[in-house]
Amino acid sequence: MASQQTQFTVLMRILHWLLAAMVLTMLGIGVAMVASLGDYHRLVSIHRPLGIAILILVVIRFVNRQFSTLPPFPATMSSQERFVAHASEVLLYALLFVLPLVGWGMLSAARYPILLYGPLHLPPILPHSVMLYAFLRRTHTALAYVLFLAFIAHFGAILFHTLVVRDGLFSRMAPWRVRTR
Amino acid sequence: MGIGVVIVCVAGGFLYLGGWFSPNALTPARFVDAFERADGVYSGFRRNHAKGVGVSGYFESNGEGARLSKAVVFRPGRVAVIGRFSFGGGDPNVADAPNSVRGLGLLFWLPDGEEWRTAMVNLPVFPFQTPQAFYDNLVASQPDPKTGKPDPEKMAAFAASHPATVRALSIIRSHAPSSGFDNTAFNSLNAFLFIDAAGKSIPVRWTLAPVQPFAADSAAATAQTDKNYMFDTLIASILQHPLQWHLIITIGQTGDRPNDATLAWPDGREQVDVGTLTLDHIESEETSPARDINFDPLVLPSGMAPSDDPLLSARSAIYSQSFTRRAGEAKTPIAISAAEVRK
Repeated sequence: MASQQTQFTVLMRILHWLLAAMVLTMLGIGVAMVASLGDYHRLVSIHRPLGIAILILVVIRFVNRQFSTLPPFPATMSSQERFVAHASEVLLYALLFVLPLVGWGMLSAARYPILLYGPLHLPPILPHSVMLYAFLRRTHTALAYVLFLAFIAHFGAILFHTLVVRDGLFSRMAPWRVRTR
Repeated sequence: MGIGVVIVCVAGGFLYLGGWFSPNALTPARFVDAFERADGVYSGFRRNHAKGVGVSGYFESNGEGARLSKAVVFRPGRVAVIGRFSFGGGDPNVADAPNSVRGLGLLFWLPDGEEWRTAMVNLPVFPFQTPQAFYDNLVASQPDPKTGKPDPEKMAAFAASHPATVRALSIIRSHAPSSGFDNTAFNSLNAFLFIDAAGKSIPVRWTLAPVQPFAADSAAATAQTDKNYMFDTLIASILQHPLQWHLIITIGQTGDRPNDATLAWPDGREQVDVGTLTLDHIESEETSPARDINFDPLVLPSGMAPSDDPLLSARSAIYSQSFTRRAGEAKTPIAISAAEVRK
């Protein structure tokens, strides 16, 4: 019964953990590649298709979420905490959608080909303008740092609820099945 | 408490990946800083090969390259090309000189939407084996503030510790420079891999061999007071007739060390003429789209791949850093202006 649902659906949990792994990889690649000479090309060649894959997955995830029933927050969370938790979810969704688009847009404005794999590539979505590129390039970095901070906050809040409050918040999204208590 | 430690460790891991704990490691930003210290910063210009002019034309493939690489550019037929001739160095107003490095960046627009970009120079080999050697040379050859010239002791120390550079420079000096852009060869310098339809890859280098006959640089021309004389000659000759180069692919054999751009490959390697580049239009960077293109040598079509030469990934990273810096800057007047091209 819906009232006893304590976990996100299997599909929602799969999408969450898949995206989590991809986004963490992406943040690591992003921060490493801009400081790298020898690995730059290899890392950029992963960064582009991985970013587009994240864009596709976050859209699928968002649409799926609209058609799914969400488990309730634990009773330990105040209404303010629920508001913050919800706002942070909105922020994470927005960043995961906007960051790849800014990346795609900045490569378009720089007139770089948007290579994915082999001959497969995407069309430009913005006109050739290096000033626009310069702006979007800075925006991409700034948003990536915001995403990293948002991830740290998300991760820290879950650790706090799981290890200190011990209210089982984590079990809602746990990759394994948690039986209703 | 424990949670704080976990968070700090995760954040620290990311900072480590970003190189925050290795302040002396060579990064694209530090490399471009060295170019800026050597030549100064000219708003809106490339940090190296700053002085240039835009060109366009086409490449006519004869189909001979198709057995070497499945890249679409080698199928018989014609593809549009834009390019940029340049002089090495970060000063966009530098006087043309026969011994300065001449560059040619090209972008081939392939019919399936792919691109091939290449940045070539007229040197037969590259003077540095690694990005670090290139950087150390930039630092060693920086002008001494007292004399305005590089410190000879530092230059000597660099040469003593880099025999590969000394060897490469003697190869470079054994090639007499031509009189202009139109009658010089341009070389890929680095080795690349060509991948054929069956998936087999071979190491290659390429050369654009000029159809225009070689003429040695004459002292009289060099002594002219026109500091843009080589660009002016190029403009005049392209306006008279299209300029052409044969694209020659040289196939490396076992032992040719694709990862060392300081070495010349032995004579007698198989060479394949895969087609002809024709440049029939020239314009100032004020109007040419070439100004705002990064001729990143690792923008390659399917069928071409980088070799294991460490310079290649570094070139890609450093060009990108230079491009990003100049992209956001105000564009300042160009030596080879639209008026210079028309005159």
